Amino acid sequence: MSPRPRGPALLRVEHHGVVAVHGPLLVLSAVQGTGWDEFAQVRVRTDGTQRGDRHGVVLEVDRDVAVVQVLEGTDGLVPETTGVVFTGSPLRVPVGPGWLGRVCNGRGEPVDGGPPITGTSTAAVAGAPLNPTRRVSPAEPVLTGISVIDALTTLVRGQKLPVFSAAGLPHLELAAQIAAQSTAGGDPFSVVFAGMGLTHADADAVRDVLEERLDAGELVLMLNTADDPVIERILTPRIALTVAEHLAFELGRHVLVVLADMTSYAEALREVSSARGELPGRRAYPGYLYSDLASLYERCGRIEGTPGSVTVVPVLTMPAGDITHPVPDLTGYITEGQVVLSREAHSRGVYPPVDPLGSLSRLMRNGAGAGHTREGHVEVAAQLLAALARARDVAELAELVGTEGLSATDRLYLQLEDHLERDLVHQARTERRTLDETLRRCWQVVGTLPRRELAMLPSDLLDRYGVGP
Amino acid sequence: MDDLLSTGARVSRVSGPLVEVDGLSEVAMSELVALGGLGVPGEVVALRGSVATVQAYEYTGGLAVGEPARALGRPLSARLGPHLLGGVFDGLLRPLLGASTWLTADAGRPAAGTARVQWEPGVAVGAQVSAGTRLGTLPGTGALEHRVLVPPGLTGTVDWVAPAGVRAAAEPLVTVGGEAVRAVEDWPVRRPRPVRARFGASEPLLTGQRVLDAVFPVARGGTVAVPGGFGTGKTMLLQQIAKWCTAEVIVYVGCGERGNEMADVLAELRELTDPATGRRLAERTVIIANTSNMPMMAREASIYSGVTVAEYFRDMGYEVVVIADSTSRWAEALREFASRSGALPAEEGYPAELPSALAAFYERAGRVETLGGDAASVTIIGAVSPAGGDLTEPVTAHTERFVRAVWGLDRDLAYARHYPAVAWSGSFSREAEAVGAWYTRHGDPEWAVRRGRVVGLLAEADRLGALAALVGVNALPGAERVALLAGRLLREGVLQQSALSPHDIHCSAAKTAALVDLVLAVVDECQDLVAQGVTASEVEEVDFSPVLRAAQECPPDESGPVVERQQVMLQRLGMLR
Repeated sequence: MSPRPRGPALLRVEHHGVVAVHGPLLVLSAVQGTGWDEFAQVRVRTDGTQRGDRHGVVLEVDRDVAVVQVLEGTDGLVPETTGVVFTGSPLRVPVGPGWLGRVCNGRGEPVDGGPPITGTSTAAVAGAPLNPTRRVSPAEPVLTGISVIDALTTLVRGQKLPVFSAAGLPHLELAAQIAAQSTAGGDPFSVVFAGMGLTHADADAVRDVLEERLDAGELVLMLNTADDPVIERILTPRIALTVAEHLAFELGRHVLVVLADMTSYAEALREVSSARGELPGRRAYPGYLYSDLASLYERCGRIEGTPGSVTVVPVLTMPAGDITHPVPDLTGYITEGQVVLSREAHSRGVYPPVDPLGSLSRLMRNGAGAGHTREGHVEVAAQLLAALARARDVAELAELVGTEGLSATDRLYLQLEDHLERDLVHQARTERRTLDETLRRCWQVVGTLPRRELAMLPSDLLDRYGVGP
Repeated sequence: MDDLLSTGARVSRVSGPLVEVDGLSEVAMSELVALGGLGVPGEVVALRGSVATVQAYEYTGGLAVGEPARALGRPLSARLGPHLLGGVFDGLLRPLLGASTWLTADAGRPAAGTARVQWEPGVAVGAQVSAGTRLGTLPGTGALEHRVLVPPGLTGTVDWVAPAGVRAAAEPLVTVGGEAVRAVEDWPVRRPRPVRARFGASEPLLTGQRVLDAVFPVARGGTVAVPGGFGTGKTMLLQQIAKWCTAEVIVYVGCGERGNEMADVLAELRELTDPATGRRLAERTVIIANTSNMPMMAREASIYSGVTVAEYFRDMGYEVVVIADSTSRWAEALREFASRSGALPAEEGYPAELPSALAAFYERAGRVETLGGDAASVTIIGAVSPAGGDLTEPVTAHTERFVRAVWGLDRDLAYARHYPAVAWSGSFSREAEAVGAWYTRHGDPEWAVRRGRVVGLLAEADRLGALAALVGVNALPGAERVALLAGRLLREGVLQQSALSPHDIHCSAAKTAALVDLVLAVVDECQDLVAQGVTASEVEEVDFSPVLRAAQECPPDESGPVVERQQVMLQRLGMLR
């Protein structure tokens, strides 16, 4: 619905009929003409003095009763002295290049000491569904400077590719490195990094890594820390994506949106759902978790006739490392592949500890190879993965019979896995590898095996890249 | 606006897609309602006193208590007509081609079926006609002859026929007993279109995928469920079927799935040529795209819109396939709404009517005699996305009860890059017998025998594979080692199919039969060699690449080149004697 004019903000009625408060929810009576999903200001007073505004979203209107979810939580709120002012429309935020270079909290308010963010226009944070017939298939790569991603699970502009991790793994470091290093060749590129439920130590670390790009005016940093209000996380990714959509589709930039950690986001959703007494679904997450996550992830893409793109990299920790947990499971159904971090690789000291076999970029076929990255890229990646799968089988066999019991060829496969991990996957947290360097390493690793084992690579490619007989 | 205010009905409650309206007089269950100033469409799902509960089909943000609402006097209907083929529509069958980039509730939508059509009458004044009688055709509207029929429920004498020529879609073409028949027609999507009779299905629908055509066949008019966790290649398989199956019309319903995938499907269908007609595949396809970020309740409607479109083309006498990806998202929309309206939950929060809703949907498939007397069919292939890959969850478990075939996709096969990842142990086809009998009547009595041997060899190889993992392959007797080899040859040489290889992307029935025969002949020869005293190791050392590469190297529509390879292979094996 478009906002209906209601006169100047000062003239809007402040409602005082708070009849119930439970969890993050506020129930008001005697409300007239308020719309569903409308944004509200919640005025909290103590001892007759105003103690600042909180913010809320209307979850339900039923006759003259409205249920409002308070983003900052309802702590310290006294029903008798609390007033609510409805803004007359769902939340809109200013959008424009003014966001670049700024650091904000989870509600998009600056925390960098600078002035409030003004935009060239405003946009509804809920977004609108993109007409699928106006979409263009993603086809060009985002280069992250991280070999294992660029080489084996190429990120494509307009794709949604999550990072699946577990507690204790360096997924935030990886996310920050992706945000700090990614480029789209020479085209204008921006990053929106939305942190949700991060500890202060993590938030500081992320900020350190992103400082340079922030100063260069190429990045927007939104941070909701673990002690910030939980419910505001519901808004954080929506604001991030709204800002990104404008940068991409109005200003023609390629925008990477990193959302970390989506498990914390889903928990905020579950908290609201439980306070509303909704029927719990799997692990008590609401039944609409799939649609809710899709309403975020699906905001990636490219549009016919506009140069920009929105690429989304959600980061999530799988509770207890369980990939069938609802958050990773539903994410996997929506996204176009996944990058999976492995505890085993981490314990061997590999960074980033990506498991190339469990990871997959479904759009890599469209976004890599001649004309996109380099010719032979898709083939060498496929060959490396096939060889790695064989190496894993060989390693299992070696557990039983010992390395001595293996054939000479099988021992080469073991070497390949080692070589791949050491020379291709492993890199420093500040190291940005060029695509040429990454692919050079791919051909070098694949050369661990003799040509007869490289059935997926045509001989002209092998000749060109100097892979031995 | 006057007309809005005159009814006096007002919105009294809004909770996401659930809206209650007070004061709609004489409104019927399932009637359409326009909500608020923008007229957001919704459907009445419950009535209690003066309050109607409405399920809204668009985002209801900003909709307030006290806004006007009005009943539209008709149930949720789809506009059917010559504009469907080659088009892309949302869940309510409103055109997406030509619609705005962002689908907001207040953005205008182009009207459906307004293009002018060429009319070619095929009936004379005075003719006695009944529902289903062909009145004429609309040439030049896609790959098929578009037939104008007497709509269901109408019988009488033709009292006027418009002369041949260009007509507006909404203009009367014929009047029957005073009632106008037009090129377009509205039909309530939840009501199945009537037929004269239903038959048992037996003629196979060829999908172009060997594992399906040879082992788990589907008959025209049958129903199939395709359960598979994420990453098992479900959408890829369904897209291959949409491209290559032997149907005359495909209705592809993208229900709550990815937007980028829909863009891909569209682009590919526009590029590919239909081998049967030589026209673009897009011209035989109707796409209903309700991606996962589009309004959830329209997802619920999209399934019914899709099957209604299929029945419309079936009534013209065509063989139609509906591909619904994914029915789980539809079931989730049911659950979401049930939960908001306070219905008591049955299994995992799904409403108690889930099984009957699934059954009723799949029942709209079938091989029929149309009202016009043609033999035609609707086949439904529905994807199921089990949460957490758990095949015992309610949608998967109930769907399996109501369908004739299940093509279960297996995560381990997909992980090993075995595509299509159809698991031979978890899949079934209740059509296999009827299809086998059909092949016998149509010149291939060997089909059922071949299928029986493939199923047997795969099961035997699986059993021995588990055993060999324990005791080592060297501990098995020769005949069992050849059985393991047979499993590998069947898996890699027949069941796996590469969507990237131009020769292998689809496969004719003749080539499928030849490939199975090739493997079976080679396996028989190997068993014979071992029985004659050749060691299993010697047999295993033979280069079987002519068998393994036959699928990718021989053209899709011929069996000859595959048969030649059989000679080469048998000679090669003969040298071991």
